[in-house]
Amino acid sequence: MKNSVNREIPERVDNYGEVTPFNGAFTLIPTMNRQAPRVKSCLPGDIKLVDSLEEVFRRIPVKDGMTLSFHHHLRNGDYVLNMVMDTAAKLGLRNLKVAASSIHLVHAPLVAHMKSGVVTEIDTSYLGGEAAKAVSAGILDKPVILRSHGGRPRAIECGQLKIDVAFIAASAADDCGNLNGVSGPSACGSLGYAMADAEYADWVVAVTDNLVEYPLAPISIPQTRVDYVVRVDCIGDPKGIVSSTTNITRDPIGLRIAQTAAKVIEAAGLIKPGFSFQTGVGGASLAVAHYLGKMLEAKGVTAGFALGGITGTMVDLLNKGLVKRIIDVQGFDLDAVRSLASNPDHVEISGSFYASPFNAGCAVNRLDTVVLGATEIDVHFNVNVVTGSDGVIMGGSGGHSDAAAGAKVTVIVANLLRGRLPTVVDNVLTVTTPGETIDVLVTERGIAVNPLRQDLKKAMSDAGLPLVDIRELKEEAESIAGIPRQIVTKDRIVALVEYRDGSIIDVVRQTEI
Amino acid sequence: MRLRRTMQFIPGNNPGMVQNGGVLGADSIILDVEDAITLREKDAARLLVASALHSINFYKSEKVVRINSIDTFAREDINMIVPCGPEAILIPKTHCAADVHQVVEWIKAVERPGQKPVKLIPQIESPQGLIEAYAIAVADPRVEALALGAEDYTATLSAQRTKEGTEILTMRMIVVNAAAAAGIQSIDTPFTDVNDEDGLIRDTLLAKQLGFKGKLSINPRHVDIIHQVFSPTAKEVEWALRIISGLKQAAKEGSGVITVDGKMVDKPIVDRAERVVQLARTLGLLKEAEK
Repeated sequence: MKNSVNREIPERVDNYGEVTPFNGAFTLIPTMNRQAPRVKSCLPGDIKLVDSLEEVFRRIPVKDGMTLSFHHHLRNGDYVLNMVMDTAAKLGLRNLKVAASSIHLVHAPLVAHMKSGVVTEIDTSYLGGEAAKAVSAGILDKPVILRSHGGRPRAIECGQLKIDVAFIAASAADDCGNLNGVSGPSACGSLGYAMADAEYADWVVAVTDNLVEYPLAPISIPQTRVDYVVRVDCIGDPKGIVSSTTNITRDPIGLRIAQTAAKVIEAAGLIKPGFSFQTGVGGASLAVAHYLGKMLEAKGVTAGFALGGITGTMVDLLNKGLVKRIIDVQGFDLDAVRSLASNPDHVEISGSFYASPFNAGCAVNRLDTVVLGATEIDVHFNVNVVTGSDGVIMGGSGGHSDAAAGAKVTVIVANLLRGRLPTVVDNVLTVTTPGETIDVLVTERGIAVNPLRQDLKKAMSDAGLPLVDIRELKEEAESIAGIPRQIVTKDRIVALVEYRDGSIIDVVRQTEI
Repeated sequence: MRLRRTMQFIPGNNPGMVQNGGVLGADSIILDVEDAITLREKDAARLLVASALHSINFYKSEKVVRINSIDTFAREDINMIVPCGPEAILIPKTHCAADVHQVVEWIKAVERPGQKPVKLIPQIESPQGLIEAYAIAVADPRVEALALGAEDYTATLSAQRTKEGTEILTMRMIVVNAAAAAGIQSIDTPFTDVNDEDGLIRDTLLAKQLGFKGKLSINPRHVDIIHQVFSPTAKEVEWALRIISGLKQAAKEGSGVITVDGKMVDKPIVDRAERVVQLARTLGLLKEAEK
């Protein structure tokens, strides 16, 4: 069957079950109750501190076939996922599902665990590095489920992602399991993506390298759902925790695109008191925050809030009084960590609060604008951030489809040509974010407005911004770089791309090796 | 004469940068086969630049090529590049009018029939070139601007190069004056600290104050800042429009004396106002009614 973005979707997928086809960004309305988590108890005098991960595995006990979850706030510096899975392998466990909010280059040891049968399923919002390549090559029998950052907590709350044991890396913990990410040598900032896991997992294990006296302050995740606390030597490498993809680009073309994107936002009439925005990771989108800041300053306007992955650029705006509050589900650099720890106007929220479509209102719904990147965008404005030019998985939605759905104006910034490949194509290989939620594409060679947004088109024209049809951009790119050969994939499905509401927006098929 | 507020250098051997030359928004882009290119890369750069002139859309930017100096590879550069239709050639290290004559002779030998004559922008980079600046400026009708290269010049003088630019003040004034006397443009030396935005603004404001019509740029991030400085401010445009309107009013009333804001306006002021309005019109800064 075909879904509403014209993707061929199977009605049923082995090892997954019935498929709900994507049928529009706001068409699925839930009529159900949340999953009730296990009721826990703890008697006076009970001790949660455990000496080793092995001991935790024995006490729970972790069994074959269980789902183990992880957050990715330590990003490419994370040691915890590998530590836990090595322990599982050592204890001879098999058929485990890894439910990590994101999987990075540092998690390459997962490949060996997938090969040996320790790990047979993956559920994540972003899949990169060697593990992604192995999945694309068909290492797992069961398809990986790629969910958005809002879709993951939605799936946990609705009982579609049942977590047996959540391993929560914490840069500070006390012996009762109060946790935060802002103190200690491995500080990573917000623990937003671990909050649903903490609330709903049958067992919650805190893993820390910084055990502090009870009670910890501030507390991001409270002791009430944490069963065990394990102290290890080190939970992560600070160099990898502060991601290199979060530096503002120095590339003049990227900066030009960012500057144009800021002008687009201004032309849309959004720069006024209370303005709210999010910028994605990636040099050009981050640079937009910088230019928006300059605009706010020049106009003497104070923005209401900045949301999302938080960087030093946004913290600067907060400190200068150009932004009133920061809503932080994830921090990207040490400035963000320090600000969250010290500034009461810098607020930590959960992934569900950030972006789940199935609660009584998530933060992305309050966004005036979001600026996001794209690996590919097609003439229908559908965006791919899952697969690369070779068809191999190299990412995932993260918050892409969530913020695009929530914001009043969603702007994609992308170089029209990357190396020798056009970014605008007839049809993206994998739809991550549907075109109906994308409003404007800004490239170095022109701005294209989604025909669904005639209001924006008029505003851009009135502001004198040079507009082109997205098809013209595609043709220009092709006139320079030629038309790339179509990627050949096998029939076998290696990943399901779930839209934030749980419907399937696309599938990823095995690549030819 | 076309607007040359910014002339942005692009290394001629970098396909990615050459391909994007036209999207930087500079009034002119200078595809460089001279200083930015090592000896071993000269032929590759020459080939790439020649091919880019044929195939890449540089949009509104003027296509300029900086060839090598006439005592090195200028002739090879001209032979391959001129038939590909650059709009102008930047001649580095121009010491005297004879250098310009030599380049013109080489260009004429290879220009295709019907080809739009290639303009010239000699770059003054030596004490001798500075002494000969006026002769260079009037050496050939193709010469449309003099550009200034302060790094080589100060090195020859053993002068200390500073951000304030005291050591090149004389050079700047001579070049501006020679160009003005010849009725052509003067283009200032590039600001070389790529990360010092405030320094760039100060340096460009000084150049504008001294009478330069534009500035060379070695970093694309400088383009917008230089444009802002060389574009008339809203206040300047308003003043110029008032002068022009005063002029029209006086003509209507048959009055020989023009006064605006209670002050008498003489010819140099009218000329200046007309230049401002002309520039504002070119840049699309005038409202419909003001055109």
